[in-house]
Order: sequence, then structure tokens, then C-alpha cells
Amino acid sequence: MKVLVTVKEVAEVADDFEIEGTEVGERYLEYDLNEWDDYAVEEAVQLKEEGPVEEVVTVTIGPERSEETIRMALAKGADRAVRVWDDALEDADLLDVETKTNLLEAVVEEEDPDLVLTGVQSGDDNFGATGVSLADEIGFQWGAVVNALDYDHDAGVAHVHRELEGGVEELTDIELPAVLTIQTGINEPRYASLRGIRQAQSKEIATKSLDDVGLDAGAIESDLTMTAMYEPESESDAEIFEGDAGETAERLAEVLREKGVAE
Amino acid sequence: MSDVLAVAEHRRGELRDVSYELLTAGRQVADATGGDLHVAVVSGDTEAFADNLNREGVDYVHTVGDGEEFDHDVYVQAVEALHAEIDPQVLVMPNSVNGLDYAPAVANRLDLPLATDAVGIEYDGGLTVTREMYGSKVETTVEVGGDQQAVTIRGAEWPAAEGVGDAEIAPFDVGIDDEGGATVTGFEEVGGGDVDISEADFIVSIGRGIEEEENLPLIEDLVEASDATLASSRPIVDNGWLPKNRQVGQSGKVVTPEVYLAIGISGAVQHVAGMKGADTIVAVNTDPNAPIFDIADYGIVGDLFEVVPELIEEFE
Repeated sequence: MKVLVTVKEVAEVADDFEIEGTEVGERYLEYDLNEWDDYAVEEAVQLKEEGPVEEVVTVTIGPERSEETIRMALAKGADRAVRVWDDALEDADLLDVETKTNLLEAVVEEEDPDLVLTGVQSGDDNFGATGVSLADEIGFQWGAVVNALDYDHDAGVAHVHRELEGGVEELTDIELPAVLTIQTGINEPRYASLRGIRQAQSKEIATKSLDDVGLDAGAIESDLTMTAMYEPESESDAEIFEGDAGETAERLAEVLREKGVAE
Repeated sequence: MSDVLAVAEHRRGELRDVSYELLTAGRQVADATGGDLHVAVVSGDTEAFADNLNREGVDYVHTVGDGEEFDHDVYVQAVEALHAEIDPQVLVMPNSVNGLDYAPAVANRLDLPLATDAVGIEYDGGLTVTREMYGSKVETTVEVGGDQQAVTIRGAEWPAAEGVGDAEIAPFDVGIDDEGGATVTGFEEVGGGDVDISEADFIVSIGRGIEEEENLPLIEDLVEASDATLASSRPIVDNGWLPKNRQVGQSGKVVTPEVYLAIGISGAVQHVAGMKGADTIVAVNTDPNAPIFDIADYGIVGDLFEVVPELIEEFE
């Protein structure tokens, strides 16, 4: 069986930054593998190591720059990668859920996976919706926010835990083919080994344009338009202790004593 | 097509808080569109839920009695059918774990543009939502096009609707086809164990700022010296450095101690949901713009590896 894992390269913003138009200035951004996708990749690779999965393929919507991140996923054990990008996508400052669904659907049709793993959300635009939208579009069953996965290959069923709010988990049986959105903490993502990094250099990253995946520009017309970006106004009315570590610690200790919680 | 449809959420026999917040958000949009506010409640004891949801500003409550607990196949079909019946301008759903298990499928099926995790909604001839990006570092305004729209709202951003309304409550027959292939088999409480942090008076809580597991003993020394209870934000538990019963936040425990000392915690909304009820909040963080300072009463902008050893000395 084959697992397709969505891998997104996300930008992380430095503590101090400036906004230019509706974007954070490029020099304040650092790119990395989306944290949730890291867990999804690990889950897929573990399924392969345990037996039932023969191939783990990653799919990324992203520019050439994202190949560094894709190599990281390959170094951790994915077999090969598909990267979809197009000049037409370059100008969009916000790819909406529908656009991403259309692009991923095209790749699913080509790859024909039995299981699709996505991260619960991405650390940058934080929609948290693409996996379930994709599942509905391609006619797969699904489960959102999965933090435990036990796959029964003979039955073709994934026994999952969905992490609800407030320390409650829902136990659900999901028939394959399915899309599962993977929550952090489900496993311990490995670090890429030197050997893995070396091997990743020779693994395939297939680059596809809109045309290659059989879509036209209409498939990526976003209904969502970002019109403004700004720093939220600080609502802080905290009293900030001034001074060196010793002085601030002394003030803090006074507060704790005043409140009667420490002596 | 000026009405608003809001979908309530419940679990194990109780409506969740976000349901009442949805009524407020939904009423706000309906006032702007000049339409009625319809509320859908699906599965479980829908009659009792409908009575509770009949609050000021609600015009109609539609009950769909199929099923007991949340099942995304039932929800998708129920909301799809109600949407066809009511033909609302805006569909409002919760940005909860279960909300995100059906809202994207509904939006896809109905070909509605979807804006998730809204913290603000404006309707003025068109729909505009406020959303955060980059872990709350920036806010954005997003115009949502299309003829009709779908939105999920973040919990605790709108006040709960109050009072008693005079809504028309009526069952709605969907004819659910439950050939879904996803079956809920039960629930599990997690986070039991040696200590109940929700009972603690003084909590010392650590986050990503601790950097390495090897630095944990430093915090444990502080906990011992000051007779506190140790807790943490999600990444520490994800990394396996502390057990799940120590996790404060949306998916962990809600705590209300006298003092909550947050060390190296940035204050993501999911974490804040679990500790904002503390009487006094103190934060130690290197980033003066960290959102934790927005809710803190006292703060130290500094390096925890310098401050914590000094603090330990204060109590030894």
C-alpha cells in the first residue's frame, strides 16, 4: 500500500519584524518543515518500517525554495516527492483551502494512495481545513486531529484516537482509503541521519506545473483575498520588573510571598 | 439569502460554550445582513439542547435527532440539507476539533469559500474576517468572496448569548445515510496520574524556552524550593519530557491557581485557554512581544537561565 504525506514549508517570523504591505518582510522569515507535517511524515515512515506500507510519497505545494524542506522529509525516510508549483501561484499571497484541495486532488488521482496523512494545520496561515476538504473531494473517509493511530492491515481499518478539547480523546475506526490529519505528539519525529541525508540527495522530486496535473488557472482562483496585515495591538498592562536577573528575581519573589504561595 | 445558519456543538450530553458564542457571532452577522438567525443542533438530546439554545436573538432552532454523539457523516449531511433548505448568506461553525472534522467537508460539498479560525467578522455588503497568522504574531483581514460563505469561529472570542428568546423550535428531517465508514467506538479520559494540577495553588509552568530536556532539573529545583506544582505547555508533553497530566491548555487541563508562573511560554491561544483564569499571572520570557505578556500581571523580560537560578536562591 501507498501513503501520501502532505509536506508544507512554512515561514517562521523573527521576534522583531516589519510588515510590508500584506506580507512580513522576507528578511524576517525563516523557512522550515511545518511542525505538524513532521509528525505526519514520521507516522508514515513508521508504517513503512512496520510492514504494511510499501511506499511513502510526499506532496508539496511550494516554490523551488521548498526543495530543501522536501529533502528533509526524504532524509527522514520518505521514498520520493512530488512538488506542485506554477508561476500562476507565485502572485497569490493566500492560497485558500479550495485551491489547495484542487491541487492535491490532482496529485491523489495520479498517485492513487490508500492513505493520505496531513498535518492538523500549518504554522503560518493556520487554516486547519485542507485535509478534511481533500478527503471529501476525493471520496475518502477521514479523521481530523488524530493523536494515536493503530492500523489493522487485514481489516483495512485505522483505529485512531482524535484529540478533543479538555483531555478527552474520541476512539474511532476509520475504513481506508482515508485522510488523517495528524496532531503533534502522536510520535517522536526522528532527526535525519547522515546516511538518510546522503540518500535523500538521490531521491526523486518530481516537479509539476498546473498543466502537468491537468488543471487550468481557474482551479486556483482564490475566493479569499488578504486586504491587510498588522501587528495586533498589545493589550498588556503587566508590570514589567526592571533590572538585572538578581533584581527581577527578588521582585518576583516578593510578589510570590505577598500572594502567600511561597515563603 | 440574507439569513445566517449557526451550528451548535455538544459533547457527552452538554452543549459546549462555543455554541452560545456562535449565537452571538451569528446574531451579529444577521443584524448586518438583515436576516434571521437559524441555529442547527444535531444528534443527542436535541429537544433539551434546543431549549438551551433559545436565547435572545435566535429566530429558529432546527433539531436533527439522528445519532447521539458527534459523527462527521451525520453532521455533514445534516448541515448540507439545512443549508439547502435555509439558503443562508453565511454559515457559522465552531473552530473546534469536531468543527474542523466536518466544516471543511461541508464547505467543499457546497462549494462555499471557507475562512477558518475567525477572531472577528464584519459584514458590509460582503464578508470580511479577521484571522491570525504565524502563531498570533500578526493579524490579517481577509475578504471572503463567493455568493455564500462559510466561517469557523475561534472559541472565547465572542461573548456567550444570554437571556431567553422566542425562537421557533422545529425538528428537521434529513434522512441520514450512515454508510460512512467512520465509527466512533468510545471516549477516553487522558491525563490522569500522580498529580492533579487543576487543584494547585501555585503553578510553575514551562514552555519551549526551556530548550532541552537536560534543563528540566533547573525548573524542578525551583518547584521544590518554592513548593510549587510543575506544569507545562504542549510542546514539552509532545516531546515526552513531562507526562500528559502536566499539560495546561485547550487539549490539556484548565487550571485556576492563585499564581501561575509561566517560564519560557510564549502564550499561544491554546495555552492561554487553560490558564487565563489564574488570579495572578507572572511571565518570564525573552521576547517582549510574546502574547503571554498581554494577559500577565507581572513580567520579567529576560533569560530564564539567568532569572531562575536567582529565584531559587530567594527561596533556599
